[in-house]
Amino acid sequence: MRPPVAGKGGSLFRGTSIGTTWFWLGAFALLPGLALLLVSVLDKGEIDFFIPVLTLRNYEELLGPVFLTVLWDSVRLAALSTLVCLLLGYPFAYRVARARPKWRPWLLLLVIIPFWTNSLIRTYALILIIGAQGMVNKVLLGLGIIHEPLAMMYTDFAVFVGLTYTLLPFMVLPLYASIEKLDPTLGDAAKDLGAGSLRTFWHITLPLTLPGIVAGSMLVFLPSLGMFYVPEILGGAKNLLLGTFIKNQFLQANNWPLGAAASTVLTILLVLMAGLYRFVSLRVSGRERKGLLPGALGDPDVMNGKKRRARDGETAGAKNAGGA
Amino acid sequence: MALWLKRSYLALVYAFFYLPLFVVFVYSFNSNKYTTNWAEFSLKWYQSLLSNSALLDAALNSLLVAVCAASLATFLGTISALAFKRYRFFGRKALYIAIFMLTVSPDIVMGISLLIMFIALKIELGFFTILVAHTTLCAPFVAVTVLARLAAFDEQLIEAARDLGASEPEAFRHVLLPLTAPAIAAGWLLSFTLSMDDVLISTFTTGPSFEVLPVKIYSMVKLGVKPDVNALCAVMFVLTLVLVLLAQTISQSRRNQ
Repeated sequence: MRPPVAGKGGSLFRGTSIGTTWFWLGAFALLPGLALLLVSVLDKGEIDFFIPVLTLRNYEELLGPVFLTVLWDSVRLAALSTLVCLLLGYPFAYRVARARPKWRPWLLLLVIIPFWTNSLIRTYALILIIGAQGMVNKVLLGLGIIHEPLAMMYTDFAVFVGLTYTLLPFMVLPLYASIEKLDPTLGDAAKDLGAGSLRTFWHITLPLTLPGIVAGSMLVFLPSLGMFYVPEILGGAKNLLLGTFIKNQFLQANNWPLGAAASTVLTILLVLMAGLYRFVSLRVSGRERKGLLPGALGDPDVMNGKKRRARDGETAGAKNAGGA
Repeated sequence: MALWLKRSYLALVYAFFYLPLFVVFVYSFNSNKYTTNWAEFSLKWYQSLLSNSALLDAALNSLLVAVCAASLATFLGTISALAFKRYRFFGRKALYIAIFMLTVSPDIVMGISLLIMFIALKIELGFFTILVAHTTLCAPFVAVTVLARLAAFDEQLIEAARDLGASEPEAFRHVLLPLTAPAIAAGWLLSFTLSMDDVLISTFTTGPSFEVLPVKIYSMVKLGVKPDVNALCAVMFVLTLVLVLLAQTISQSRRNQ
């Protein structure tokens, strides 16, 4: 991109727009981020939420059995949900991306609607399905398959279903974006050269859609660690998961520094996954993409299924990638 | 894979998406208090929502925050997208990465980071703090949406406008803005939805003096299935539906021009 052409009103507009960008990102993103990091190495006070005494005690406490159990339970559930979303979502996204052009916008719209719908409401809706008096139990009892209602609520299973259900659209949309971009003739070529379906998938489709897979996994995995309301609505108070742990430090235990340290752990996971995304998307595109910013974290279209749809004018909307 | 198999798989996943919402919708018209047994069609739960003044207050608060935050976020996001597209400047790459990271960062982290900042600055939690928080939540999405639209935009159009004597602001106003208008509008609608729906950030960034709808819904939902909650969820779902369709229509109509 060329530097701006100097001219009448140009420098003022330039200065204002750059200044505004710097201001809001600095004041509302950078500053709070630094505050979080700082509080995570402070001590908690008797009256104040934190006192200006530097310590690494919070991080030491995170290494204790309490937090490690919470972290392990959360990561296990999040990873399982991510995996199931991927297994359910990949063939689904593939079929949508390869549907007839006439149908495709409608099929996509039907994914975008739950994507925009409040996941709190969607979590609540699940109670009517998997609750003791829910649809599943009614159907199974009615068919005589079971004689007592299955206790699905307030179990790990319920939390797993809840996370999978609310976050599946976040997996499907990035997958769709990267599958749609894939040139179908590549697969045909592989088949002409004698590769079977499985081999074509393994050597062509899968590697080329890897950015979509990583992006989708990131958009499912990270929010499922932080969305405290899903386990709180479906799982009862039995499973203490990371999101609830962090929330409790701030709203109940008043141990802000510990909560800040736990959030820092979550942020580190975010940075690692973003790095992985950048790595695979650069490998797939083979070179840094032009058009957007050179060298930035890949282009955002795969990340949130937005760019392509916006460019095609289908929709420019995607919901909060960080977990609504 | 056989065609019917492919189609039934699609249908199955769509059923998974929509069945729970459909059930909530249907039960919201059920007159029976014990929501899982159907009695007869009734609008009484909607009426009970309308007589719940605390809920209506929260809804009004949320509307106010959503409109203000969406507008502010759209302004900030659009300005930044234009700056990224048009100019080279100090920290451009870092800021771009920051915007990207903000769109994928877990909401809970954003919520508590802002909470810490507000408390450290001794700002009382309420309308102002939640407005700032929701603007921070939404602006990156607007920026990414508008940038995506700009990526397809031919730089030479601006150069042509400049050659024809337009000043930089004029070129922005008469060339860039109209072309990006659909993305800006969609960004606003998305921001509005995000703000109306946000539980995680709102939990941390507003105080008891300023209750918002999603947090209120959360406190109701936690108590289990209730018919008036069904009605409330149905209303929220229909609202979202309207906004999505509106965003779609805006993008579609612009494209066909």
